[in-house]
Parts: sequence; structure tokens; C-alpha cells
Amino acid sequence: MLVSLFLLRSVVLKHVVDFEGWRAAARSLALDHIPPEQTIWSVEEASDLFAETVTAAPQAGAFSVPRGLVDLAETVIQVKDPERFALLYALIWRAHGGEKHILDDVADPLVQRVMRLAQSVRRDTHKMRAFLRFREVTELDATRYVAWFEPDHYIVEANAPFFIRRFATMTWSILTPYRSAHWDGETLRLAPGARAAEVPDDDALEAYWRAYFSSIFNPARLKIAAMVSEMPKKYWRNLPEASAIPDLIRHARERTETMVEAACLSPVRPPRPRVHVPGTRGTPPADTPLQALAAAAAACQRCDLFRHATQTVFGEGPATARLMLVGEQPGDQEDLAGRPFVGPAGQMLNRALIEAGVARETVYVTNAVKHFKFEPRGKRRMHATPNSTEIEICRFWLDQERDLVKPAVIILLGASAARAVLGRAVTIARERGRAIPMGDAKAMVTTHPSYLLRLPDESSQQREFAAMVDDLRTAHAWL
Amino acid sequence: MNLLHKLEILADAAKYDASCASSGTEKRDSRGRKGGVGSTEGMGICHAYAPDGRCISLLKILLTNACIYDCAYCINRRSSNVRRARFTVDEVVKLTLGFYRRNCIEGLFLSSGIINNPDYTMEQVVGVARSLREVHGFRGYIHLKTIPDADPLLMAEAGKYADRLSINIELPTEPGLARLAPEKSTRDIKRSMARIRLRIDEAQAEKKAPRFAPAGQSTQVIVGADESSDLDIMRMSTNLYGAYGLRRVYYSAFSPIPDASAALPPRAAPLLREHRLYQADWLLRFYGFGVEELATNDAGNMRLDIDPKLAWALAHRALFPIDVNTAPKEMLFRIPGLGVKTAGRLLQVRRYRRLRLDDLARLRLPIAKLMPFVCTADHHPGATLDASHVRAKAMQFELI
Repeated sequence: MLVSLFLLRSVVLKHVVDFEGWRAAARSLALDHIPPEQTIWSVEEASDLFAETVTAAPQAGAFSVPRGLVDLAETVIQVKDPERFALLYALIWRAHGGEKHILDDVADPLVQRVMRLAQSVRRDTHKMRAFLRFREVTELDATRYVAWFEPDHYIVEANAPFFIRRFATMTWSILTPYRSAHWDGETLRLAPGARAAEVPDDDALEAYWRAYFSSIFNPARLKIAAMVSEMPKKYWRNLPEASAIPDLIRHARERTETMVEAACLSPVRPPRPRVHVPGTRGTPPADTPLQALAAAAAACQRCDLFRHATQTVFGEGPATARLMLVGEQPGDQEDLAGRPFVGPAGQMLNRALIEAGVARETVYVTNAVKHFKFEPRGKRRMHATPNSTEIEICRFWLDQERDLVKPAVIILLGASAARAVLGRAVTIARERGRAIPMGDAKAMVTTHPSYLLRLPDESSQQREFAAMVDDLRTAHAWL
Repeated sequence: MNLLHKLEILADAAKYDASCASSGTEKRDSRGRKGGVGSTEGMGICHAYAPDGRCISLLKILLTNACIYDCAYCINRRSSNVRRARFTVDEVVKLTLGFYRRNCIEGLFLSSGIINNPDYTMEQVVGVARSLREVHGFRGYIHLKTIPDADPLLMAEAGKYADRLSINIELPTEPGLARLAPEKSTRDIKRSMARIRLRIDEAQAEKKAPRFAPAGQSTQVIVGADESSDLDIMRMSTNLYGAYGLRRVYYSAFSPIPDASAALPPRAAPLLREHRLYQADWLLRFYGFGVEELATNDAGNMRLDIDPKLAWALAHRALFPIDVNTAPKEMLFRIPGLGVKTAGRLLQVRRYRRLRLDDLARLRLPIAKLMPFVCTADHHPGATLDASHVRAKAMQFELI
């Protein structure tokens, strides 16, 4: 009995959240091989006169513990429970004893307990940031903000920096039963606790805040338990809006019923004429037949593809273009931007056009299908190939574009474009690069630039790119 | 009309917007500044809860509830007899800063009825954000409701000042919107979302690009005002998340509004349906479920009596029980009663020990709900599970 008494070590910390003091003591106790059950922790004053007092001087041979453990200790030291210092030391003891990854085993009873304490501090911290309310006080020529808050734990010190970051330019005081924090715009001063009576009375804006709180509440959705679980009643006495709660609850049903009755009785006024035709805002004025065609296509619902796509992506380029490029369909980026060939395939096409000496602004660029067809895959939209029915339906627009532009040469990028214009299945490799007569015009089939993007290795990509440039050059020479 | 009365009218008019989020924006604070106030640190804060259980994080108001549109589901439509009010830009600024300095809010969520025309309205809304940021150095959170197809310059300015932008898709299907909101079009709305997405992508991809809505965009859909099924709604959401990179789709159970249009059902849609849709939304986004996997009846609706994950598990009973000591993460995600976080914790712990029931209890998992679906080192639910028994057991733990 005497022996065990003699072995007890007492650590006296300077204040309730003296983390540095705890850290130094824990380090030195562990190095002295003092097990947790032989330590006594207190604040300010030794609680056991028989115990030997640890000196502040850190011992040589410091050791390391995982960063997570230090962070956890910084949180848990705020717990309003005298056992916190010993519990945290017990973790240090075990980590020092070889259990380096002790925190990963969250099912360990000690780890569980400390984690729960940490959670309680975090919750308290969160509630302080949420439910603390400042009152505005005008003093002589300055304005000061004063708040009264009753935390569960010793969280004022650790929370002050948050309020400084947020209200750096204000002069404020946060008063709690155990500690006060005062910020003058430049420095933080911590002082002893205060009383609720030290906070001045109601400030004028609180009536507005109560009015807001009452008006934003929807009586048709009364869920009292949900409110109380997030905003426990113990906070209510310091919340200016909480005094409105009982009345809001009492009248909720009656207000909802009034709404429903009003709904049944209210006369329906004849609506005034529409302000604008929906779906036409942002559509350019139709000055030319081609623009009129584009405007008509913007409302196209000839097949189901419009349902999921953003918008019709119509052809683009001069109505007098002698060269027309036809692709398959808009992709993800084209669908968002509403313009053809602006995504990765479009950039590939631009490079090929430059290489072939063709100025894109002289070319009319369009697609066989005007809406983006895709499969949703997680958070992405994966390209899906349009079927022959969709291509056939959308030829309605492509044929009119061809009639209006009357190009001398049409370059068909890929199999879908070839099917749309030639009306048959085409094998690109077999027919590419040669002139296909189309009345007064000539058509040529070549690869779609997105095919190049899908090639796995750079050498085949370069080869296909060169072949595509050759085709573009040949077609351009036919003009 | 005095300011207090305006506040009552224009907050009342704003309460049908579900979003009050103030998370996920850039980090900033007001240290070292001469004036101004505010900070944002990633996680938003709910400063109060109304008796409807909803968080109050932002001052959520309309600039005006006068509107030239006539959307049947909206209390502010032009044919409604509701009292009208209009804030000045300075009044909104004054209220925002006043509440913010008292630590009542994280910032402002400003929306507006359409007055004169969309661009004029958008200019007024942007004017508030501009004044808060440029004149008053406000560094709190700003969410602006944007108006479909507003002038691109106004959109750019909105994105410069706002943390989040949103446009409500309103109804799940195009015909529904055409019937109930004659002046709105799904096409305009989607096109505006697409534009916002492109600008957000650009701002994120290039450092030199102008700041644009760092907290992304969101939308809201009203559930139960038209005939759309849950399947319609989930398909719509999947499409919106994929196409426009939305941070959130909010579901708002249609609730009766004063002076409602005759085109609407007079009774509220069940709040439980809204709750099931949020659960499904989470399963789709975080648990690896696909829309077609979620069980729906012939009409395309999910069950109200049990949550969608439990419904899936009961429909795939052959896959259970799942051994929590060996199952891959994707399978843990499928166990009713396990969430993404708790599944992650199990993965972590099982590196150190073979999990037993009391380990699950210490992790504060809903043991009774889990038991029929899992095996642990000391538990196996047995091969012949009576489905109704499992359901009855699981249902005791269902939040309603």
C-alpha cells in the first residue's frame, strides 16, 4: 500500500486546456516508464499531497507518436471531465509501448471512449459556432458585439481563432461561465468567466431575426423532433429566435388548414398573355433562311433524343460555304456549348484543317444527328452511337442544310455521316478519299476525328492523322 | 410598408426553396482587412433550425415577390392574390450584414420574382451581391438564384460574386413544366445550366480564368405537383448530375400554398416520398447504385414503407448474409444499416481484428437492423430467413 502510494505521480497543469503542460508531462512520464494508473492529473493545484510532483523540464530522448494522436489530444483536452488527461496519457503510453497504429483500431474500448469524447467536443464546437449570438452595443463612438454562451466543454480558447477569422474587423467579447474572450480588432485577451447578466439587453435587430425565423418556417412541414435533435432545448434560452417556437408549433396546423381552404376558394384570375414564347430566348433572330432553319431545329422533337440532351446543336458556318463537313453527332462539350466540333474531336479537326490549309471559318460544319445521344455512366455521359432510325429522322435537317448551303464538296466524317448523306452503310477504310458524285457536287468519306482520339498508340494516331489531312487536302483541291 | 413587414412577406415567399447549404466554397476570412466581415471554411454552419426541422444557414429571401410569370405551383405567380413587397438593394445588404455580424447566418441566398424582364431582374439580384462584395467587403457565403437565359455578362458577374448559383428545374418532365409553368421551358433551363457548367469548368481548369461560383450549381425539383414517377425523377437527376456537374438536386415535396391554382392537387405530397428520393439520390451518388437497380412498382414509384436500400436487399436476398470480415467495400455499401462512413470504419478495423457483434455495437452500428444481413466471427443469421420477419425487424429502425 505504501509502495503504491509512493509511486504515484501527480501532474499539475496550469489551466483547464493546458495542452503544452500535458504534452510535456506525458512525454516525461512515458520516458520514466510510469504507467497511466500511477498518474494523478489536476489543474492549478496538486490534489494529492503524498504524490511526487513532476518538474517541467523535459527529459532527453523525446519519442514520436502519430500526428493523429496529437491532434486528437488537442481536441479531447477540452473535455469537461477530470479524467481526460489520464485517458489521453493512457493512449500515449500504449503508442509508446509499441502500438503505433492504435488509433486505427477504432473498436478498441479506450480508443472508442476517447473518440467519443472528441466527437462530443467537436459537436460542442460546432454548436458554439452555430448558436452563439452577438448583441450590438453602442458605446460612445464605438460599436461592440457581446455574446453569452454556455458550452458543455472548455472550448472557448480553441474556438476564439474561428471568431477572429470571421469577425476580424469587429470589436467583440464572448462571455461564458468559465472563460471570456475579448477581441479588440488586433489582439485576443482571455479572462475569467462571466455571468449572463453582463450581456446587454435585446438589440433592435433581434425582432427582425425572430420575424425571419418565423416566416421562413413552413407550417405544412412540422417536424419538431428533427428541430430539437439538431437544436436541443438547452440552447434555446440564449437564442433570440427560440421564443417564437411555441407559437409557431401551436398555430402550424391551423395555418396549414387555412392554406388548403384558401386553395379551394380562391378565384382564379384569367392569366395575362404570355411574356415571351418559351424556348426562344437566346435564339438569334432569323434573318436568313439558314437562320430560320436553325431556329426551327432548336425546337426539334422529331425523335426522343431531345429529352435528355441539352439542346439542338445545329450546323455553323457561312451560308455560301463551298465546303461542308458532316460529323456524326454533338458530344458532351458540344451539347453544353450548343456549337458543333468544340470538344476534343473538334480540336483534332481544327488541327487537321490547319495542316491541310483549309480555313475553318470558310467551311460549313454540321452533324448527321443534331442532339447528343449518350449513356449516363456515374457522373459522366458516355457517347452512344445514333441508330439508323435516328440518322434517318434527322436527315430532315441535314437535307435542308445541304439545299440551302449548296456545297460543291461534302466531306463525310465517319460512318454515321456517310450513312446520312449516301443513304447506305459505308466501310470507311474501303471508300475513303475517293470522289463520290452527288449531282452537281462531290462527296468524300474519311475518318471521324474522334476515331483518332480512341487509337491507343501515338504512331497509329500520327499515321491516321496524316491520312485524314491528305483526304482533307484532296477534297479541298476539288473546289 | 416598413422593413419588418417586407421581411416577413419576402421570407415567407422564399421558404419553398429547400436549399440552405453554405458548404463547399473556397476558404477566405477577414483577417488583415480594413473593413468588411465574414469567412468561409469549407463546411457550412446551420445557425438555427425551424420547427419544420430544416436548417437555417442563410438569409433566404426574395428581392421581390412580384412576378410576371404564372407558374401554377408558385405562391408568387402573377395570378395569385398574395401580398406583394419589394426590397431595395440597400435593405437586403443591411439585413444581411446585420444578421451576419450577430452570427445568425452564414450569408445570403437571394432569389426574385421576375419583374419587367429576366435581364432587369438579374441585374437587381446581381446588384445586391455586387454591393455586398465591392462596397461592404462581405466575405460570407452568397447563393444567387439565376434566371434562365439572362444576359451572359450578368451571368459572369453573378458567378464572380456568388459562391453558388442555382436554377430550378422545377418539374421532372418537360410536359409537366409546359403545363404548369407556361413561361418557362426545360430547354432554356438546361441550356443555362450547361453555360454555368462550362464557366465553372473553365474557372477550375485555368488559374487565370475569372472566379466563377466556386461552390458550384444546384437545382430543385418539386415532387408531387405533377404525375411524374420516382423513376422519372431519378432518371432526371442522374442526367442533371452527369450533364451539368450539379452539386445537389433538392427535392421539395409539393406543399399546399395559399391561394393555390386550381391546376394543383390541394393536398400535400407525402414528405416520406421526398425522404425516399433523397435516400435514393444518395444511393445513386455515393453507394454505386444505378437507377434501374432501385426497386419501383409498375407505376415507377419506390415503396414508402421501407427505404430503397432495404427494398433492394429484400429483392436480392440470395446475396445475403454478407460477411463483414471479408466482403469488398462495394458489397458493404449494399448492407442495410451501413453507411459509406461506417463501412469505411469496418474496413479500417478489420485490418486489426476479426469483427464480432460487440465490435459492431461499439462502433454504434444499428445491430438489430444489420443482424439479418451480415455474418461476423460470432454470428450467422441462418440460411432460412423469413422475409416478413426481416422486414418487420428492419422497419423498427426506420426513421420517419
